[in-house]
Amino acid sequence: MNPTLTSPTAPALSEAAFALCLVLLMLAPLAIAGVALVNTGLGRSRSAAQALLGNLLVVSVTAIVFALVGATLTGSLPGAPGGPGHIFQLAGKPWNWLGAGTYFLGGLGIAPPQAQIALIFEFLSVAMAALIPWGSGADRLKLTAGAAIAAVLAAIVFPLAAHWIWTGGWLSQLGVNFSLGAGFLDPGGAASVHVLGGVSALAVIWITGSRKGKFPKEGFSTAMPGHNAVYVVFGCLLALVGWLAFNAAGAVLWLHAPLGALPVTAINTLLSASAAGAATFVVTRIRFGKPDASLCANGWLTGLVASSASAALVTPAAALFIGFIAGVATPLLVEVLELAVSIDDPSGALSVHAFGGLWGLVAAGIFSGSGSQFIAQLVGVAALLGIFLPLVYLLFWVLNRWVPFRADSDGERIGMDLHELGGGAYPEFVIHRDDSYR
Amino acid sequence: MKYAGLLVMPAGFFLAIAALVLFPAPASRAAFVVCGLAVEALGLVVAVRGHMEARGESHS
Repeated sequence: MNPTLTSPTAPALSEAAFALCLVLLMLAPLAIAGVALVNTGLGRSRSAAQALLGNLLVVSVTAIVFALVGATLTGSLPGAPGGPGHIFQLAGKPWNWLGAGTYFLGGLGIAPPQAQIALIFEFLSVAMAALIPWGSGADRLKLTAGAAIAAVLAAIVFPLAAHWIWTGGWLSQLGVNFSLGAGFLDPGGAASVHVLGGVSALAVIWITGSRKGKFPKEGFSTAMPGHNAVYVVFGCLLALVGWLAFNAAGAVLWLHAPLGALPVTAINTLLSASAAGAATFVVTRIRFGKPDASLCANGWLTGLVASSASAALVTPAAALFIGFIAGVATPLLVEVLELAVSIDDPSGALSVHAFGGLWGLVAAGIFSGSGSQFIAQLVGVAALLGIFLPLVYLLFWVLNRWVPFRADSDGERIGMDLHELGGGAYPEFVIHRDDSYR
Repeated sequence: MKYAGLLVMPAGFFLAIAALVLFPAPASRAAFVVCGLAVEALGLVVAVRGHMEARGESHS
């Protein structure tokens, strides 16, 4: 385990740490920009403008809704003195299950620096989480549905997860209450951002259904490759900068790591992504005869997602191993999900964000060298799968009755750009006939 | 079938929580938490099977 690990109490941020976190969080939106580019590039050309505009809309909606509702439930800005959250007693232990912050960001200006920085981190995290299901619904999910999904995630689901994991909730207190290591650890948002986004993506895919022509009545599924590999690969490079910032800021905020520990975190982030990208390159080279650009990009991102949980906690050798496993598993999982399970996930969110996040969280427990820490990580994983997947499916199922997720078949045929925006992303390009409809 | 699978998943979570409360010994606690995860995995498999069946019916 990284020797910089964690104390259960939260020391006040030094001025240097405050300034550094602020600068890092100014760079963190590059991760959002990177994922937005990947989402757009992996969709079709006739839906590219709608996809990228949708990313912008999702970020806007999450910011507004999180400020109005979500931040209160997260509890980053404590409201009543001595009232850190809603707590019930069970078996003689306190279970802090929901935050109780001020309304409408009240008292933000006079809040402790740590709380202010934490709030910025959460604003960016919820935006990232909501982008993930938007990418999975590419080419058929309406803008209004994307906005509604983002609103639900920012108002209810993310605040619940963020409070449990980061701001004094029961998962973060597993160490204090049940002697499980340092409690559930997720410094970079592998759980509250990526697994949450991944299970939301699964719910969106189940509710929205597959793209028209993706799974014909007979034969294998139809390949629908992304329209712009340049966006996808450049998005990965952009995401690296954002991830370095997210992981380093998260280590300071949630693990109280000293500034001297941040270079290790940054190097581990890079190693995890690099090992994953290289492993996917080799696997696709062996599997298909040539490396696959979009799968390599997905592998790279899976490595980054896994690093969100583990980069601040493990040694560089462990980070390499974690990235390697992520990179080997990603292309295989993408293939299994599409061919064997009939899941149409254009952005690969389930493999990248759900699997990558879960693997990173478990790996952080494995490499902690502590059995109790490993159990704490497993309890966190159990909460993510056992509570948040059914919860988001239920919420989205109800939402779909009110704001239909899927565009009509005409919209899918002509493309979401023309259908929703009235114009294409590439008006001067010749659009080739689509042979995928059978 | 999908709904049945999704309903099973919280049961696995509560099994993991019960392990925390009922078993202070690390070994039995770990075993029960793993059992909880196994129940969740079972629920997920059932939900996925439900999705595949629904897709098959929509094509028939």
